[in-house]
Amino acid sequence: MSSGDPTEEIPEVDYVEGTGIPIRGNDIDTDQIIPARFMKVVTFDGLGQFSFFDLRFDDDDNEKDHPMNEERFQDANIMVVNNNFGCGSSREHAPQALMRWGIDALIGESFAEIFAGNCLALGIPTVTADHETINDLQQWVDDNPDGEVEVDVAAETVTYGGQEVGVSVDDAQRKALVDGIWDTTALMKANEQAIAETAANLPYVTGD
Amino acid sequence: MSQGTLYDKVWDRHKVTTLPNGQDQLFVGLHLIHEVTSPQAFGMLRERDLEVARPDLTHATVDHIVPTADQSRPYSDDAAEEMMAELEENVRDAGIEFDDPTTGNQGIVHVIGPEQGITQPGKTIVCGDSHTSTHGAFGALAFGIGTSQIRDVLATQTVAMEKQQVRKIQVDGELGEGVEAKDIILEIIRRLGTEGGVGYVYEYAGEAIENLDMEGRMSICNMSIEGGARAGYVNPDETTYEWLAETDYFQEHPEEYDDLKPYWESIRSDADAEYDDVVTIDASELDPVVTWGTTPGQGVGIHDPIPAPEDLAEDKQDTARRAQKHMRVEPGETMEGYDIDVAFLGSCTNARLPDLRRAARIVKGRQVADDVRAFVVPGSQRVQQAAEEEGLADIFREAGFDWRNAGCSMCLGMNEDQLEGDEACASSSNRNFVGRQGSKDGRTVLMNPRMVAAAAITGEVTDVRDLKEVTVA
Repeated sequence: MSSGDPTEEIPEVDYVEGTGIPIRGNDIDTDQIIPARFMKVVTFDGLGQFSFFDLRFDDDDNEKDHPMNEERFQDANIMVVNNNFGCGSSREHAPQALMRWGIDALIGESFAEIFAGNCLALGIPTVTADHETINDLQQWVDDNPDGEVEVDVAAETVTYGGQEVGVSVDDAQRKALVDGIWDTTALMKANEQAIAETAANLPYVTGD
Repeated sequence: MSQGTLYDKVWDRHKVTTLPNGQDQLFVGLHLIHEVTSPQAFGMLRERDLEVARPDLTHATVDHIVPTADQSRPYSDDAAEEMMAELEENVRDAGIEFDDPTTGNQGIVHVIGPEQGITQPGKTIVCGDSHTSTHGAFGALAFGIGTSQIRDVLATQTVAMEKQQVRKIQVDGELGEGVEAKDIILEIIRRLGTEGGVGYVYEYAGEAIENLDMEGRMSICNMSIEGGARAGYVNPDETTYEWLAETDYFQEHPEEYDDLKPYWESIRSDADAEYDDVVTIDASELDPVVTWGTTPGQGVGIHDPIPAPEDLAEDKQDTARRAQKHMRVEPGETMEGYDIDVAFLGSCTNARLPDLRRAARIVKGRQVADDVRAFVVPGSQRVQQAAEEEGLADIFREAGFDWRNAGCSMCLGMNEDQLEGDEACASSSNRNFVGRQGSKDGRTVLMNPRMVAAAAITGEVTDVRDLKEVTVA
């Protein structure tokens, strides 16, 4: 989505709807989301199947109890998580793997900073709410795997089961997603003159 | 918001503009790249028909996948060979300087930048690696980025960021015998939490920080990210300037040293700088810290009891229960005497020359415990060579350690160096996450390098102060 044809329009991500999948636990690090041995690749293609691999499969590759192995969550596209999700390694392989598994948005108590930034670069919202709100939503998604969840990034709300709850979206993230300016390469490349001026004013930068 | 801090000053000097999304566009003074997180970014550039904007400000090394035993090409691991070949092609096409293992300058990206003198105060430094915070030890503003951001930096030499708050962490007092920089940072993370630094940059200050050598400061800044802070820094001082003067860069460009020093001094935090938060820690109260769990925040003094989950904050209890089950430890026990199978002395946190020197003083004249496999992976080829010339390598070898070539190695198990089954590892690295060292049942106990040396000798987690140090030349 973020790469490919340079003339391709960057989509606006003001709204994500679909069904949810609860992934419970605080401090879920990116080594768990995608173990390092699956990073010995030079593209992100095919990473989806390795999402949470060591929590989903035993030594003989037999499935373990994990929501991502459950039939009822196979079409889910909104992951509901707890505190400090995505901490640790900066590997973009983590959100890339989740995206390629089918995730379009994350709702959680909090996200590690680099992980949230990596999600934004892929057009994936990371919206936050308090512990109780998340807990209730995880339980509801568990009970209603086919139930519709709507994440309104612009309005900062999540709607499910006939109720609307308030969530928070970081200001820059919201603006970038809603206005379709989350792919920053072209945005920044346009400022070449200002970049050159900034560099020229730095005492340690020589040449151009 | 903070005012007059190093962070504010360096940010302002590098700010190109405010982007329409509200983020600031920052100029990047040094872009470090390695084989794991850059190939996809080069691929994205090719797809968009873009070129590397500033190859002269980009510097490459290979560290994550490089074998530490047999480094002959092609590597025995096909995937590793493919990644290396891809990096070689990318840097050749773009004209980027690459410290491959034939140069004698190869090593972990956060070891080679400083030792070559390209890590400097007042620079913005980014790398597709969360431990880029290491470079903050020199008063640089340094942080890890994802691969899409690497694409941005390659294409524009700038990065889009939101400005963070600044928390000053004042570490007063003097460290006791056997207590090191690593123990300070493990204690900071234990107190403030693994997510406590989200939204903050950490400024490390105070007597205990000022007294540290550059390597100690690097160990601390390195693990800022384990506390949730994307960047951490120490204001540059005479210790910093003396270190820089000895590096290749300033040996080759002595005139630049004199030209740049006023800039370095100008970006120090002002005496009356304003911080968003201040935390104070007394270094003199610290014992060596070891981890009992599976996050770097689950640390404890070597003689202190492992906490009961129910005594922790509510949001920490579940993580603690799972961690104690994984590690097979009980509340109320201490970590002293915890059996280990592997001792790993390496990583961007603790594999620099002074780390190896201190560990060698513990190891000299002793033998690694019978059932322990112990190995040293120097942070860079230069560290390796210097340690060999000083006789440190012989000390480790004679004690029964394996002496390896430079790389990330068992810190993250992307090469052949991995835990097997449920092995327990005394590790000088930075992450004790489940599966981190290559086995999902593996158990990692983080500690300072001297403590790793002591554990290797006794076969269990040991208070290094109980072992007499031996003077080495």
